[in-house]
Amino acid sequence: MAKIELSFYPGCSSQKGATSSNYLVSAQTMCEELDIQLNEIPDWNCCGASIGYGGGGELPRLALSARNIALSEEHNSGQEIVATCAACWLSTREAKERLHEDEQMFKDANAALSEAGLKYQGEANVRHMVEVLVEDIGFDGIKSKVKKPLEGLKIAGYVGCQTNRPFGIAGESFENPKYLDNIVEAVGADSIPTYEKKVQCCGGALAFSEPEKSQEMIKGIIEAAYDNGADMIVTPCPLCQANVEIYQDNINETYGTKFNMPVVYYSTLMSVAFGRSAKDAALDGQVIPAKKLEEIASK
Amino acid sequence: MSDLNTAMIEKYRSSFLKEVEANVEEGEWVKMCMQCGVCSGSCPLGKHWDHPPQELFMMIRANKRDEVLGTDSMWMCTSCYNCIARCPRGLPITHIMHGLAVYSKRLGLVQKKQPTAEFSQIFWDNLMKKGRVNELKLGLSMYFKDGFGQGIKNAMANQKLGQNMMKAKRMNAMEFFGGHSVKDLSGFQKMVKKAQEIEEGNLKDAK
Ligand code: SF4
Ligand code: SF4
Ligand code: SF4
Ligand code: SF4
Repeated sequence: MAKIELSFYPGCSSQKGATSSNYLVSAQTMCEELDIQLNEIPDWNCCGASIGYGGGGELPRLALSARNIALSEEHNSGQEIVATCAACWLSTREAKERLHEDEQMFKDANAALSEAGLKYQGEANVRHMVEVLVEDIGFDGIKSKVKKPLEGLKIAGYVGCQTNRPFGIAGESFENPKYLDNIVEAVGADSIPTYEKKVQCCGGALAFSEPEKSQEMIKGIIEAAYDNGADMIVTPCPLCQANVEIYQDNINETYGTKFNMPVVYYSTLMSVAFGRSAKDAALDGQVIPAKKLEEIASK
Repeated sequence: MSDLNTAMIEKYRSSFLKEVEANVEEGEWVKMCMQCGVCSGSCPLGKHWDHPPQELFMMIRANKRDEVLGTDSMWMCTSCYNCIARCPRGLPITHIMHGLAVYSKRLGLVQKKQPTAEFSQIFWDNLMKKGRVNELKLGLSMYFKDGFGQGIKNAMANQKLGQNMMKAKRMNAMEFFGGHSVKDLSGFQKMVKKAQEIEEGNLKDAK
């Protein structure tokens, strides 16, 4: 396989000491094994996520993503932009589309960017890491790199919202996407096609501002995984991962449940299956340890 | 009541729909709604919306300005994009909800202490300081938004969560003293300021 070079937008939550720093570590490991080179966009800024709208309005919010795209076009010219965070991908791609459709907005965004000495063209493709896996590497390509199949593990594929909507992965349904299950199968584990909460929203940023309302939804996501006999949940989204993993104590307290369900990234699974260490797979970043993966990694 | 609100009432006296079309993000789509109700059945926090999206669109057309701009329903939007994926007319509902929320906020009509309105502003202010979000300060400002006493209570309630995150190296107490930043911070801030000026200018022109 020829080396794939991508202009990489990591996003705030993946930075050192932040909630999804473990995602970054495992994604980097995964990319090493797949011969994907990630060229970080120099001096990228936060995309404003979805929740930024309330403070940022429209143009200031779009300008954030326009700056990242402009920096990528200047420094990583000719490369596709790829994000690992669903919200980063969504904001960036949404900004690109809005600026493409609305000529006035395009001019206004460039007027703002010129204050920072930048120019936005909007030609670079904006993709999610999962698209690269599904479309460029393929499930067979993933399978061919597996050294330690994750045999005997039953994994609920939790796709969530924003990796799936509104753009989604080409050829996949919004209501019942299959690619995450296919990745689970490719690394040798058992997927759960009947996991009914696979695209249920976890509350997103409202997990913070409306904790009770959101935790009620998160409870359903975890419960369904148990009902389907899952050993763990896998997700492609940093906020999904955090929301579903870290509030389990709070939920147990409120509802008298006994949840202790590990929630990992697809990149965690792949790093372990590709034969890398627990550390390279960032298993030390689990709040709820994924013991069965640790065992396989240490074999 | 804010001056801007008075001016807008004056200007669009006869048609709230026109006001929405001119001033709300993607507002020009509202008239395309065919009232099928699919979006309203799609909101994950649906039971907490006094007026779900389809109803808001109906109310806009029925000139129910006070009710629309005064409800906190739009702040229940989780940005899940269920509605956009399903709407048979292709309305960008998520963005219209965000747009309505922001518009009501700009006119000074948001209910006091609406938690998502507050969080959203805290998030934005946080990211404006360094160009990147500082999660620790974001968490702390949210806990302490209602004063010191409540803040300690909130922080204590989530103490275990914090310890768990620090143990997993996914939260860093040192972030409090600085944290991640873009290098060209002044360029970044100038850019956002300019974008804000343009956007506010457009709203004033509409006056
Ligand atoms: S989505 Fe989150 S993590 Fe990603 S850049 Fe935006 S705010 Fe930062
Ligand atoms: S499931 Fe939750 S975190 Fe993931 S995309 Fe949806 S709202 Fe965002
Ligand atoms: S789904 Fe679309 S057409 Fe149907 S009520 Fe909602 S906005 Fe209107
Ligand atoms: S994006 Fe917002 S409006 Fe649309 S279904 Fe989700 S919560 Fe409802």
